[in-house]
Amino acid sequence: MSATILAGTPGTAEVPRRSSRRRGGGLLAAVRSNRKAMVGVVLLVLFTVVAAFPQWFTSIEDPDAHQFELSLPPSSAHWLGTTAFGQDIYAQLIYGTRQSLVIAIVVGGLATVLSVLVGVSAAYLGGATDSALSAMTDVFLVVPTFPLIIVIAAYAGKGSLTVIIGVLVVTGWSYGARQLRAQALSLRNRDFLESARVRGERRSYIIVCEVLPTMTSLILATFLGSALYAVLTAAGLQFIGLGDSSSLSWGTMLHWAQSNSALQSGQPLWVIAPGLCIALLGASFALLNYAFDEISNPALRPIRRPRGKRSAS
Amino acid sequence: MASAPLPDGLLSQEPLLQVRGLTVEYDTAAGPVRAVESFDLDVLPGEFVGVVGESGCGKSTMLFGIAQLLSPPARISAGSVLFKGSDLVTMTARELNATRWRDVSVVMQSAMNALNPVRQLASQYEDVMRAHGEKSSSVIRQRSEEVLALVGIDKTHLKSYPHQLSGGMRQRAMIAMALLFTPDLIIMDEPTSALDVVAQRSLMVQIKELQQRLGFAVVFVTHDMSLVSHFSDRLVVMYAAKTVEIGPTRDVFAHPGHPYTQGLLDAFPSIRGPRVPLTGIPGSPPNLLNPPTGCRFAARCPHRFELCDIAPDMYDTGHTLAACHLHAASREEALR
Amino acid sequence: MRFLLHRLGFFALTLWAAVTVNFFIPRLMPGDPASAMMARFHGRLNPAAVHAMAIAFGVDANQSLWSQYVGYLKNTVTGNFGTSLTYFPLSVSSQIAQALPWTIGLIGLATVLAFVGGTLIGTISGWRRGGAVDSIVPPVFVVTSALPYFWVGMMLILVFSVWTNGALPNDGAYSLDATPALSGPFVLDVLRHALLPALTVLITSIGAWILTMRNNMVTVLAEDYVRMGRAKGLSNRRIMYQYAARNALLPNLAGFAMSLGFVVAGAILVEYVFNYPGLGYMLLNAVNNLDYPLMQALFLMITVAVLVAVLICDILTAWLDPRARSAS
Repeated sequence: MSATILAGTPGTAEVPRRSSRRRGGGLLAAVRSNRKAMVGVVLLVLFTVVAAFPQWFTSIEDPDAHQFELSLPPSSAHWLGTTAFGQDIYAQLIYGTRQSLVIAIVVGGLATVLSVLVGVSAAYLGGATDSALSAMTDVFLVVPTFPLIIVIAAYAGKGSLTVIIGVLVVTGWSYGARQLRAQALSLRNRDFLESARVRGERRSYIIVCEVLPTMTSLILATFLGSALYAVLTAAGLQFIGLGDSSSLSWGTMLHWAQSNSALQSGQPLWVIAPGLCIALLGASFALLNYAFDEISNPALRPIRRPRGKRSAS
Repeated sequence: MASAPLPDGLLSQEPLLQVRGLTVEYDTAAGPVRAVESFDLDVLPGEFVGVVGESGCGKSTMLFGIAQLLSPPARISAGSVLFKGSDLVTMTARELNATRWRDVSVVMQSAMNALNPVRQLASQYEDVMRAHGEKSSSVIRQRSEEVLALVGIDKTHLKSYPHQLSGGMRQRAMIAMALLFTPDLIIMDEPTSALDVVAQRSLMVQIKELQQRLGFAVVFVTHDMSLVSHFSDRLVVMYAAKTVEIGPTRDVFAHPGHPYTQGLLDAFPSIRGPRVPLTGIPGSPPNLLNPPTGCRFAARCPHRFELCDIAPDMYDTGHTLAACHLHAASREEALR
Repeated sequence: MRFLLHRLGFFALTLWAAVTVNFFIPRLMPGDPASAMMARFHGRLNPAAVHAMAIAFGVDANQSLWSQYVGYLKNTVTGNFGTSLTYFPLSVSSQIAQALPWTIGLIGLATVLAFVGGTLIGTISGWRRGGAVDSIVPPVFVVTSALPYFWVGMMLILVFSVWTNGALPNDGAYSLDATPALSGPFVLDVLRHALLPALTVLITSIGAWILTMRNNMVTVLAEDYVRMGRAKGLSNRRIMYQYAARNALLPNLAGFAMSLGFVVAGAILVEYVFNYPGLGYMLLNAVNNLDYPLMQALFLMITVAVLVAVLICDILTAWLDPRARSAS
């Protein structure tokens, strides 16, 4: 949950530095050479493949059906055993990947779009608009959104996927907006923008074609951070039963496991497996985020040299 | 060898600082880069030595190398820095810390960056005094007020934070801090570059006054040759990590031995002389990752000839020492 | 001073926003909450209960929306949240007062510990770059900070409670048969029950602090004033703390203030997993029982708690950073 505070946040005092332009080729090479980024990419690709083609990984076609014996331990037929309802845990895990991944990507994307809109507009329109937008951003940031979501969900009835996505986007954009605004402000007076203004370019052109490309790395970080936020928060909501309990995702698996006291009744895998998957998906976003921070700020990269006489010299 | 003719007025003394063969390397992904190569310098007590050169010539790195203030990936790969006879490069951390500030202090370019933004001036003066064994608060306070008075700052500013002072005051506060122990040598890295011209000059005048009054030596790095020339006893000109000329300031200006120095001088128009077209120095400095084996200035030199493929020694031109084969006494001497 | 007034103004604005949201949510949902409630508790509601809900929602059919709103504001400011439906006829305020100390004690303490500990470890890790600590720290903690709070809690329960046959308790704040008192055995019991939940919060949240502090330290260590500290011959320790850490800490504090939303989310889940009787646990129970007055009041209370924490961070920042005091 707290990983979203990582890399590229105002808390790291580096926001204005993430502005180097990078061509595609350079990026690929940088990713390949950074171990953390590689692990993150591998995990992400793995999950994407599983989500897109679950049928490659398991022969069971309907993981929700109560078709097996109840609460079986792991065996060659059921790699992770079965649930208290007679479902194959492994199959559920495979098919559940889709919803978790979809939520992460969709919320990440929408929240990033919203963050960019609010953050960059606030920086460029300035004045009263900026004050109003910033105040709104700060209020959204500070108000504890999780209890708010719970309250809303209680009134609106147990959520469908759309409701969850909507709520996550509305509560998750403010963090990125703040950072994007900070960077946009610092870029405002840079020379290449000044030259565009002098050339007579329209403001919208300047924003879209000059400013945004320079902010790509921060926008990417915002996406990764929002995706991480979405994974963990959605899992939390589903866990306490406020998600769509009838649909299949890792969070709902945990919900049913908890309701059936899986830990206490000797079925730890029902809890361990989906949780581990959530953790791994989240970790992949967090690792990528951290790695991009290192790539764009070489000062942070690990030093692979023997230490000298004085540590900080 | 940096045994330049001694400036008038200074007795023949033991050098305070003797730098021999100082070489600083940066470890980069593409291989080691030598930012400073075989630097030699002698500084006599009370002498004001200016070091000039364009950006990237290695002068600041050399300065921090002398002061043992380099950070990774930079490191001293060869050479010695003898201060009053002891080699700073090989000293233990404890011995070095005892020497720091007491005998050698540092003034940096931007006081806004060099002073700790979250502590008052008083505490920044205090911590260094306590670190060197001063325990009495009243003595500390008294000395702090004394040094501030030396630079003309009112003592009430001891309670100020750096951001509350003006740019010029900050620089002077930093210089005052450097004087706390009345060290023998003060190293200055472009302390006036962040100021406007008027403030620059008044600060330089003040530094020179203090130097003459208190008798410390100064090694002053700057890219502004004309500014430092009014105040320095000797001048060192650096190019592409090496020293190309060294000598008494007047002689460097009146009789420059190295074509690079000549080029630098030609770039400054004279206020009084006839109007002449400004000539720059065409081209750019060599890539230090793979420096040329011969004279590093050869590619841009208007006087280049076939001997320049061999790296030159420092030759005595009769006025200064210059690293240029034009001053070799004979062809054989150059080839040695 | 100006800085603090500015922040207090923000505090008031946010609080107002939260209260207003609280007021409008029931009205924005399909159907009229009061009659929905009546239908659900058909027959069990007496006039007192109806009145309780009226207060909680600010619903009064006889008044205009505006006067309902004003009345609601007034009630909120005076702490009159009505009666809880689950714990009827106890008032909402009394319930909150019971749960509050548990949350502050457990979650509050664990979070502060994680922040302080994380900052310390991050400082050392950033100072000794390239050392053994620094090569392990970043990857490990990047992963731990991405772990879901509730899952870590469940894993801890599995390892330390289930597999050890109950060596450490995993349920509630104290044993069922213990009598609350300020006695040694009771305090010990409380501590035993608090151990696993606190560990959960610590494990998951410490990572972020370590990493941001380390990154800040690395940036700060490249600054001129750190080099100046070395030039002055100060001890390494002094430079690390007084010059580097003091400056690197400032953005970290700001980050802490902004992360409190996540801390709350994690807290709610941890309390749920461990049945710990704090505000979060009460909130979830209230949701299950459709106890709207309690739910809304809890949301407000949590918001206030977060705002107070943010204010404390702001005060700390002003104390540590003289530039913040002079800035507007």
